[in-house]
Amino acid sequence: MSLDESFRPRVLVTKIGLDGHDRGSRIVAAACRDAGMEVIYTPPWQTIAAVVKLALEEDVDVVGISSLATDHLIVPKLMAALRDAGLGHMRVVVGGIVPDDEEAMLLKSGVRRVFHPGSTMDEITTTMREYAREARRAAAEQESTR
Amino acid sequence: MNKPFDAPLAAAAAADARSRWERDYAESIGTERKTENVSGIPIRPLYGADDWAGYGQPDPLGYPGQPDYTRGIYATMHRGRTWTQRQLVGLGTPADYNERLLGIMARGATAVSLIPCNSVYRGYDMDSVEPELLGTCGVVLDNTDHMDRCLEGVDLNRISCALNDPSPFTLLAFMLAVAERRGVDWRHVTGTSNQSDYLSHHVANHMFYRLSLPGARRVLLDHIAFCNEKVPRWNPMSVVGQHMQQAGATPAEAMAFTLSTAVQNAEDCIGRGMEPDQFLPRFTFFFDISLSFFEEVAKFRAGRRIWARLARERLGAKKPASWRFKFHAQTSGVDLTRQQPLNNIARVAVQAMAGIFGGLQSLHTDAYDEAFQVPGEAGARIAVATQNILREEAHLTDVIDPLGGSFYVESLTDAMEEKILAIMKTVDDAGGMYAAVEAGLVQRMIGASALRFQQRVDSGEQTVVGVNAYRAAAEDDAATRPAVERPDPAEMRAHCEAFAAWKASRSPAAVGAALDALSRAADDPKANVFSAVVDGARAGLSNEEICARLRRDLGFGQPLAFV
Repeated sequence: MSLDESFRPRVLVTKIGLDGHDRGSRIVAAACRDAGMEVIYTPPWQTIAAVVKLALEEDVDVVGISSLATDHLIVPKLMAALRDAGLGHMRVVVGGIVPDDEEAMLLKSGVRRVFHPGSTMDEITTTMREYAREARRAAAEQESTR
Repeated sequence: MNKPFDAPLAAAAAADARSRWERDYAESIGTERKTENVSGIPIRPLYGADDWAGYGQPDPLGYPGQPDYTRGIYATMHRGRTWTQRQLVGLGTPADYNERLLGIMARGATAVSLIPCNSVYRGYDMDSVEPELLGTCGVVLDNTDHMDRCLEGVDLNRISCALNDPSPFTLLAFMLAVAERRGVDWRHVTGTSNQSDYLSHHVANHMFYRLSLPGARRVLLDHIAFCNEKVPRWNPMSVVGQHMQQAGATPAEAMAFTLSTAVQNAEDCIGRGMEPDQFLPRFTFFFDISLSFFEEVAKFRAGRRIWARLARERLGAKKPASWRFKFHAQTSGVDLTRQQPLNNIARVAVQAMAGIFGGLQSLHTDAYDEAFQVPGEAGARIAVATQNILREEAHLTDVIDPLGGSFYVESLTDAMEEKILAIMKTVDDAGGMYAAVEAGLVQRMIGASALRFQQRVDSGEQTVVGVNAYRAAAEDDAATRPAVERPDPAEMRAHCEAFAAWKASRSPAAVGAALDALSRAADDPKANVFSAVVDGARAGLSNEEICARLRRDLGFGQPLAFV
């Protein structure tokens, strides 16, 4: 696959767990769309299994999890489920309210990056694009070693 | 001795002074910055008598306690009774909650508020959700016994309780069952079904979303009818602008959508044969207070007088108690920053002042740590102290409507009123708030405003100290962030085990019979579903059992998914 200027990242923007505050996920999804990405957006309250299934079916490069009210605490479970489904090449980012010590826990579980309040849309979309390239390369390597 | 007054000469001198100022201003200002408030009203550098339509008229604003209540809904306003200091509290197990609650009351809080865990909001019991999430955002409260434990030591005859309790209002049902247990007459029970407004949940806060739009509409009306009759001091209707503003609505949009929602609910009640003067005195409102200080003051003053007219002219209410715009307000969490978090204390103080000058009846001040966690003990203490300082040290309550008569504030109040009425007309043209929400119109407008606000911040047009200006090193930021407090996992496990044992101890036949009674009420359009929910709480049904059954019978809908 060529990684030239026509490269279009495929990103899933979603919320897992119990909270429904979706201002953040909507704004980020709109910003990604406006930045030329292929955006798959869902309403809040997805189960981990549903996110894994959607990520697989839509063959996304980046999974963006928005969390306002502590739903980030189950992201490590999502990371394990993605790996179990053979989707370890996908990059996962979390955006929202994440305390410092819990950010460390998320990064340790394999989350690529945590975006805190105050991140600009430009910063988020630029980074997501870069991670999408990483994910494509990782997928290609996975393919060639198979 | 003064010379005899010469009006034409004085007018000429004034005009001369004005043009001199205009010239001086134009010469000194350099590049004029275009200033607009969040609601889109252009803001001029100076306001004078010409900018206020009412200036020079006898009593242009009327008096506090008199329609149209621009200056406040009571004759004494904050000089008499100030406001209810109502801090949101909710965490951990019922025992944790009770301990925090009694502590806050000992430090001056005068009313109870109860925030349940997100699992409760969503209508699930603790055994149906990921254990990591339990009690992290509110108290895990799934039955009448848990409510009893939460409110241990709280006199339900005396203390007003605000329950964050979406349709079908299981928390109030649990509380009424507790009152009965304790021998407290329901006629003495006072408080509010906070955020009972299902429309705002569908628009902007899906956390509460439990029933379909038509199902929620019916249960709300049943709830209002039940409370009016059996719990007459309870406020069953809390119309919410806060969710919508937090989701991105401008202050004018939030006020307009809230008033349109109130009209929708009132007209629904009238359609059911209820008398406006019976239910309207128990309508309350709940708003967000952003950092746009003057805009917020004007928003509240304008909303108050629009409501007085609507209640009288459109809804036909005859009693002043029906015209009064009683509102609780919460300082906006959206304005708080994770960076340099102690700055949030200053932000909250300014927001709270806007609400106080706007004439609120009840106030929650956010803790400074809300931008990165559910408030810790220290943050909650400062939030309460902020209110005490504003009320008792700063003399903000000595004078009623102290900003009234300011050229700027009056001009802005008029402009906000005009803007709010225009947005309400858009909603009316779409068939009213219910139809506008069903069609997604309101959600789209709010989404567009949220995006616009984000662009203002990203472009630097709106300064946010510590975020897009005056930034500090990352490590300095981190040093001022307190460690996060999470519920004790062992205690939560014990709470879950006790709940499982309680569930198993019940007679399956009795549980089945109670659920069937709920279904019968849901199936019979003449029955009162909320009355059946109260019976369910008495009979020992859990939150999830009640919600799941009504979801099945009355429908569960998904929020509209679009960007």
